[in-house]
Amino acid sequence: MANDKTSMQLISRGILSENPIFKLALSMCPAVGISTTVMNGFMLGIAVLFVQVFSSVTISLFKNKIHPRIRIPSYTLTIATWVTVIDLALAAYMPEAYAKMGIFVKLIVAFAIITMRLEMFACKESVKDSFWDGLGMGLGFLVGMMVIGLVRELLGSGTILGYDILGFKPLLFFILPSAGFFVVGLMMAFFNWIEIAYKRAKGLK
Amino acid sequence: MMMHKQLKYWTLALLFSLLPLCLQAAELVSKQSFGAENEIVLTFAAAIDKNTAKNRASYKVFEESDPDILLEVKEAVVSQNGLQVSLLFTEPLNMAKSHVVSLRGEDGKELASLLVKKPYIGYLLSILISALLVNNFVFTKYLGLCVFFGTSKRKTTAKGMGVVFTIVMVASAIMSWFFYQFILIPYNLNFLQIVVFIGLVSLTVQAVDTVLRKVNPVLFNSFGVYLVLVIANCVIIAVPLIMASNNYNIIETFMLALGAGGGFLLALYLMSSVRERLDLANIPPTFKGLPIAFIVAGQFAMAFLGFSGLQLF
Repeated sequence: MANDKTSMQLISRGILSENPIFKLALSMCPAVGISTTVMNGFMLGIAVLFVQVFSSVTISLFKNKIHPRIRIPSYTLTIATWVTVIDLALAAYMPEAYAKMGIFVKLIVAFAIITMRLEMFACKESVKDSFWDGLGMGLGFLVGMMVIGLVRELLGSGTILGYDILGFKPLLFFILPSAGFFVVGLMMAFFNWIEIAYKRAKGLK
Repeated sequence: MMMHKQLKYWTLALLFSLLPLCLQAAELVSKQSFGAENEIVLTFAAAIDKNTAKNRASYKVFEESDPDILLEVKEAVVSQNGLQVSLLFTEPLNMAKSHVVSLRGEDGKELASLLVKKPYIGYLLSILISALLVNNFVFTKYLGLCVFFGTSKRKTTAKGMGVVFTIVMVASAIMSWFFYQFILIPYNLNFLQIVVFIGLVSLTVQAVDTVLRKVNPVLFNSFGVYLVLVIANCVIIAVPLIMASNNYNIIETFMLALGAGGGFLLALYLMSSVRERLDLANIPPTFKGLPIAFIVAGQFAMAFLGFSGLQLF
């Protein structure tokens, strides 16, 4: 099955029309768990991007060698290897950021989004397209995490990336852990609302 | 002559009768335990010099694993009869660890050194309760949300899923413990944690699948669908990772896995009960489906915040 999409289309699909967090609703755990600041979201987003791109490329390279019956275990092992790489690298070079993310870096191994992309895209397409698809999905995740982090950081502590923007703390509630559910829920509702409004406008035309 | 002999006996008798007293003196403190979160209570066998007991400089307290870090005693409160002293600390104590309290007299001589620790069974139960309620994997650690939102639409599904999760969690956690203790640690292969644990989880799921298919086909037909979902799930893999980072022993690992599984079952059941009612409610179209489920989960998470600081044992 040849892929007729250009690299730009593959990337924009990951960020917009098939955004892993807001559209596919996969890998919600980190989106709720550690998106209290933009920086946290960015760091984990980078880690996921790395794992997604490298796993996609690896699987795509070996797609003819992997027997279909053992494809799921081989995906899991591939992801686990790349997660180990990023886990050790982060622990060595960025110990502070790593301490904040805690167990979530190791848990990238169980993110449904990565396995799903391998199963749906990388095991059928060429290496080049898999690379762009992985990059798009990883960036989509990164953007999603940063948007949630932005909302929570701005509303919770009045800062963005640690810089004081508002000068006061509007709602401390937003940096409490349980607010993650509310923010994600409200954002999903917001995107639904845009979609419904858009369809209605189109229908009226 | 006779008199002399008797005196000798009397001295011996006196010495013997004093012996228990000496032993008693060695055990100056008859009971030691944790009180409130920043308190250690010592009960003395006999009334002790009040000035020594009241002076906070006469106590030296540290965690057994960190003898270099002395914990600061804010105040030592002596009870009326002088038999009980409660030491108040500036910071809350980590009651999971055993603490060493050493008591010095005015002259700087050590009067007693004792170990304060929780009863082990209480410690085990506290791991269980903590994983079940205080650190519920779904509502306070935010793990396994994909499966949580995916399978909490019906009560029966939620129950089945929760039970399968608990079984797989316990089995895979215990297997992971054996691998971790007897292979990864002795051969310095700690960096392979993630690969080994995810492999073991997949293996356990496959094994449960095969066993269930042969032993109880009826159960398999109702649970089999969920087993596939179990593999790629962060709740399951989180248990061995937490076990490894806390260096739990096998009973503690079992308790952790049981608590985590039970907590997941509880969360799924609560959520599915609400979502069955939500189906009948009049929800604005923008909120239908996942958005409203997230907001309900947020409310549950707030409710579970109420468990923080819970200490039953």
